[in-house]
Amino acid sequence: MSKRVSDEKYEKTLSFRFKQWFEGSKDPYLDVVEMKKQEERPQIQRHEQEERTILERVYDIEHNAKMRLFQKIYRVFSIVFCISLVFILLAAISHLPAIGTEERPINNEVSQRYIENGLQETGAVNIVTGMILDYRAFDTLGESHVLFIATGTVLILLRKEKKKKEQEVLEFSDRIYEPKNDVILQTVARVLVPTIMIFGIYIILAGHLGPGGGFSGGAVIGAGLILYLNAFGFKKTERFFNMKIYQRMSLCALACYSICKSYSFYTGANEIHSIIPLGTPGAILSSGLILILNICVGTVVAGTMFTFYAMFRKAN
Amino acid sequence: MAFVQNFPFMCIILSLFSGPLSMVLDGKNAKKVNLFVLSIIGVMSATVLTFVCKTGQSYVYRMGHFPAPWGNEIRVGVLEAFMATFFCIVMLLCMIGGEKERLIHVEEGKENLYYIMVNLLLCSLLALIYTNDIFTAYVFVEINTISACGLIMIRQNGRTLEASMRYMIMSLLGSGLLLLGLCFLYDLTGHLLMSNIKEQVAIIADIPEYHVPLMVALGLMSVGLAIKSALYPFHSWLPDAYGYSTVSSAAILSSLVSKGYIFLLIKIFYRVIGFEIVTESKVIHVLFVFGLLGMIMGSLSAIAENNIRRMIAFSSVAQIGYIYMGFGLGTRAGVIASIYHILSHAATKSLLFVAGSGITASSENKTEFSELTGAGYRNKIAGLAFTVGSLSMIGFPMFTGFISKLLFAQAAIGHTYKMLPTLIALAISTILNAIYFMKTVIRIYTPNRESKGQTITIKDQPKKAIALAFFIVLNLILGLSSEPIVKLIEFGLNMFA
Repeated sequence: MSKRVSDEKYEKTLSFRFKQWFEGSKDPYLDVVEMKKQEERPQIQRHEQEERTILERVYDIEHNAKMRLFQKIYRVFSIVFCISLVFILLAAISHLPAIGTEERPINNEVSQRYIENGLQETGAVNIVTGMILDYRAFDTLGESHVLFIATGTVLILLRKEKKKKEQEVLEFSDRIYEPKNDVILQTVARVLVPTIMIFGIYIILAGHLGPGGGFSGGAVIGAGLILYLNAFGFKKTERFFNMKIYQRMSLCALACYSICKSYSFYTGANEIHSIIPLGTPGAILSSGLILILNICVGTVVAGTMFTFYAMFRKAN
Repeated sequence: MAFVQNFPFMCIILSLFSGPLSMVLDGKNAKKVNLFVLSIIGVMSATVLTFVCKTGQSYVYRMGHFPAPWGNEIRVGVLEAFMATFFCIVMLLCMIGGEKERLIHVEEGKENLYYIMVNLLLCSLLALIYTNDIFTAYVFVEINTISACGLIMIRQNGRTLEASMRYMIMSLLGSGLLLLGLCFLYDLTGHLLMSNIKEQVAIIADIPEYHVPLMVALGLMSVGLAIKSALYPFHSWLPDAYGYSTVSSAAILSSLVSKGYIFLLIKIFYRVIGFEIVTESKVIHVLFVFGLLGMIMGSLSAIAENNIRRMIAFSSVAQIGYIYMGFGLGTRAGVIASIYHILSHAATKSLLFVAGSGITASSENKTEFSELTGAGYRNKIAGLAFTVGSLSMIGFPMFTGFISKLLFAQAAIGHTYKMLPTLIALAISTILNAIYFMKTVIRIYTPNRESKGQTITIKDQPKKAIALAFFIVLNLILGLSSEPIVKLIEFGLNMFA
């Protein structure tokens, strides 16, 4: 049995403060850390107020017995459903062929040829790259268009036209609250951004020689661009990377991929000899089209990452 | 290899390429590119169809220098080429018919984005139709999902944003289940190519230990695709998505996107699992019951609806129910009827959406029934087209809906347990269809003296009139010359399995 503590003592304990923080009754930072006072934003407050009244009127949560019943049933059903799905999947998995045994069906002639003949047939030292960009290049062609179309939908949702932008009340543009000319960030970025870029380019270019490739390298370059944007702001970034450049870049990359691969699909299906040399495995200019395709994929991925970020930061 | 045999691959690449191309063009040029791509792909697919019909054999097209289990391949048969041609025609008519609304609903400067979505949607549909590799199918299902979302939310108001959110969540859930099913199947068979999986599944099916995972895989894939094509209990995303998006989006979504997934499901049944194994499983009974429920519940919701667009949308739930009911019968005749109904519904539902937009346009853009009185006189061609579409949906002879109902009834006859429920559900559903469609037709042909809407003649909307006329003709062709089409489907299905 634990000893009962007096209220005064209890209020000093860690568990009490944790409970307070958990319940949201007290902010541990308030009055402890020096803070800038939050500015009043009447328009946003009005919006929030309106939203609350709309929700109350539509659902009338306090007096709506149906709604409460629905929520209760919904909770119960979702739990029951999830648990039963888990059990069904576990039961199914327990019947699958055991992992690690030799007789698993996935150890068949498909993976055998990838491993044994991958180097001779694609010229890529990295088998994975050879697989996704040569054996199964059609899937990857689709995959890079998935990224492209995802950017398209984000543009539909978030791109603002110039005319509309001027009418926007400044309060809703979050950009004015962003720090400008942060010296620490800029100094670090000056060192890091070129390094990140070069590393990204290396990953893309060496994708057929070792671990790496267009997807990972493109993601690294995209991260570098985002860091640059954060440090130096939109004005500087838009000098070399804006909407128009993104559009042309993605068109070039995807068109290049489509054209290169169309050639190899066409020659492959019609059994015409392809003129693309495989080169010596291990050299930078080797493995046929894989290097070019890696560059294309990398461009698309970097553009997609950066555009996503820029759109969420309310760029144009 | 004949040059024509390259066409399916060229169609896919052409539509794929036109997506990024539209990104740099402005709205007007992107529209031209879109129309050009749609019509040229339609012509190319029709050529492929005649070629395959002439040779009487399907063929496999290797994508690259490596043969199939290692590389990718596509497979072209009569059914695939026919579907591709038909989808192109319907999509072209939807795009032409909804042009005027698009100008209003799509924000200025974002028109080209709309055409990106449409082009890539077409590409993904073609790839889903032609592919012989189950993972390629999954990749293009992703493109299909995202572009469909874009089509819904291009008209930016609260309703469509909410609808696309719902669509995204439900559709991604469906994709996830499909992917889980594919993973199970890959683990069991070690292949991703459809024909190889089928060989392996035929061996595995006799081993009792593998029965559970096989059925779970089949169930996951069926449910995943059923969610994506809005089978009855999973239809909650549908009415808003079809009801509030711009009209060409609604028409394309209802008539093509959901059908693409259904076609993939047919492929999985016939070319991946094997139809005998599917009919022996209990999954098919579940699809049957949900199909029957959908036929009735969808129509009941449509009757209760006071918004013409949402009413047409709810009618889609009922029609999807018909298609799944046909699968659920588990016979060849049932599947043939379902495939015919895919065509019939695609032709009729897009007609109804386009005609419905014409009717609301002549009633001050209001969609409530009380405002539509006399709209058939104000906009004659839209009224006529809506009547044709309604009659077809109800199953009036001469139109395509009649034939599909007849085929379903014929397929059900002789079935031990499922005959009676099917026939009863068909009868009830037909009556319910008649109630809500005839209610609308009577409403739009009731003269209204104090009408507020303006009169719209053919001259005001030549493109919509042309699209509607072609839709009516398409409906009549499907309805009046059903015999060769059913034979073509049968021939294609033979080639398919």
